[in-house]
Amino acid sequence: MKLQRKLIGTSFVTLTALSAFVIIVAVILVMGTIVVNGAGLLSWEFLTAAPTEGMTEGGIFPAIAGTALLVIIMSIVGVPVGTVTAIYLSEYSKQTSIIGRSIRFAVNTLAGVPAIVFGLFGLGFFVQFVGSGMDRVFTDGVQLKWAQPNILWASLTMALLTLPVVIVSVEEAIKTVPADLRAASLALGATKWQTIWKIVIPNSLTGILTGAILAVSRGAGEVAPILFTGAAYFLPHLPSSISDQFMELGYHVYIMSTQSTNVDATKGIQYATTLVLLLLTFMLNFSAVFLRSRVRRHQIQ
Amino acid sequence: MGRKDRHSDILTAKPQVSDGRTESTSEQKAVRPSMQTRVRPRLNKSDLKKKFRWDEFLAEKLITTVAFLSLATIALIFIFVFREAAPIFKGSDPNVTQQPAVPHEEEETYGSESLGEGSKRLAEKQASSTSLETSGNEGEASLSNLLSTSWQPVSRVPKYGLLPLVMGSFKVTLLAILIAGPIAILAALFTASFAPKWSKEIIKPSIEILAGFPSVVIGFFALVILATLMQDLFGYQYRLNVFVGGVAMSLAVIPIIYTVAEDALTAVPKYLTEASLALGATKWQTAAFVTLPAATPGVFAAVLLGFGRAFGETMIVLMATGNAALLSLNFLEPIRTMSATIGAEMAEVVFGDTHYNVLFLLGAILFIFTFTLNAVAEIFIRQRLMKRFKGM
Repeated sequence: MKLQRKLIGTSFVTLTALSAFVIIVAVILVMGTIVVNGAGLLSWEFLTAAPTEGMTEGGIFPAIAGTALLVIIMSIVGVPVGTVTAIYLSEYSKQTSIIGRSIRFAVNTLAGVPAIVFGLFGLGFFVQFVGSGMDRVFTDGVQLKWAQPNILWASLTMALLTLPVVIVSVEEAIKTVPADLRAASLALGATKWQTIWKIVIPNSLTGILTGAILAVSRGAGEVAPILFTGAAYFLPHLPSSISDQFMELGYHVYIMSTQSTNVDATKGIQYATTLVLLLLTFMLNFSAVFLRSRVRRHQIQ
Repeated sequence: MGRKDRHSDILTAKPQVSDGRTESTSEQKAVRPSMQTRVRPRLNKSDLKKKFRWDEFLAEKLITTVAFLSLATIALIFIFVFREAAPIFKGSDPNVTQQPAVPHEEEETYGSESLGEGSKRLAEKQASSTSLETSGNEGEASLSNLLSTSWQPVSRVPKYGLLPLVMGSFKVTLLAILIAGPIAILAALFTASFAPKWSKEIIKPSIEILAGFPSVVIGFFALVILATLMQDLFGYQYRLNVFVGGVAMSLAVIPIIYTVAEDALTAVPKYLTEASLALGATKWQTAAFVTLPAATPGVFAAVLLGFGRAFGETMIVLMATGNAALLSLNFLEPIRTMSATIGAEMAEVVFGDTHYNVLFLLGAILFIFTFTLNAVAEIFIRQRLMKRFKGM
């Protein structure tokens, strides 16, 4: 009887340990196969050359540049908005007020909206509504300039998608600013806004940076929102203005592995592109984790 | 807002008064000799009142306005996704451009090379369902058309039957949850109850790495490696099917379920587990019969959140499930989900067309569904958990 119970106990613990083990193995398997198959083709030339021969040869530079441009515009819009929202939530709104709670609810909801719905929203709102409105104003509706997918609309869509990431991260950082500092600032006669500007924001800069990095990592990896708000199958040139379409790493992987004319011939490029994307997000996430652990250590001290 | 600021205003008011003393105005000179001892700071009513500052006022209003943006975004998503979907319910639109007639054989294949068999099968199925189709409204997105059993938006007689797509979404999601749920919950239980410290330092980063994988990378892995591997292993007919999609999707869902479940498990009060151990229960008995039941609402919320994530996920199903809109219960057949349909067809559709509106309708369904799931999960996490631990 006792032995039996012990057996059940051991097998239960083993089962839980095994589940954890399965997760680790899955991570290693995914990363391993992509690294092993992709590392061979990865070279400086691959990163800096444009695709040639109908995308079966050459590099992925336009996709890298497009991704960089996308996340830069996205950050310029998304990080300030997210930071200000986090400041509002933690400094201005009261825990019990309806406004504060509904904004918090909106942020949580925003984090749960599927990426593809953001894409639909980008198409319906930015491209169809704002874009055609701008065309009507600027070109009297004669020319189709803004009412079509471009990098600006894709970036704005992505900025909305990554907004919750920034907000959560910044809010966490603001919480670590000691209450003593705020009280001291207020006691010296600084106003609320002066306290926020001179004390709270400088002390949570690392958190803001963490949020920005996490948002960039998320934005670089997400493909669904840009499927029809700006990503292009192939472009012979880099985007020269914000009303141009662009190539993107994740979209490039998707296109090359499913819609390319010769899927097998481009296997190497597919693996290498995936590896670049994976390394990019991995490095970004790693630096975010590093920064965050620094913030936490700071908090303990 | 009020109290602290008034406080600071009093403090700023003090020096002004003492300044006045050093300057020694005539009024104070008159008072001084008689009082001899000390000068009371004179605070007028106007000093105590909060000063109105334009910059403060503007800063607060500006911050509040920006904070409202996320609320506005939710409202706008709601409005615009539904606005584009609305024309379906208004009947036929005169502006609709006629769809080019595309013969049945030319089915779009968004999957990969091995879809040949899948589409043949699809054609068979469609042939049978065409004969069953008796609704008179041809090419219009009437309710009977939307509830029909075949999805053929690009054909001579467009059919917008949503059932196969809804079914597809549920099949993949269910399979992903059935795989990811037990693994993630048990792993969370392991880290919360049994794991030695060194193993936590491997598991947690692994989960974070897994959470950081872009979904297109997981989709690519499933399409190129997993699909072939599993076909060789199990020897089924179609290379891309619900099974492959479900397994790949579980990779995307595991981090969410794990994180939320682990939070709930570690939030179980110490006195519960300690009481159990003190009564002579072993570690695993405590974990299985005390910790896990106490954290049930949180674990349930974790599964709900995972469900919502899997339901809306696009790239993985777009790449790994074969994208054939079949209505069957077989888990080894290709399937087309709602999200994948939007992702694959939206780029090729005419703006304002019925097809375009139906795709937005799919988006609206996705939005409402995930919205509800998240709201329910939120309630479970916040209130039930609180009540449970406080009420005990």
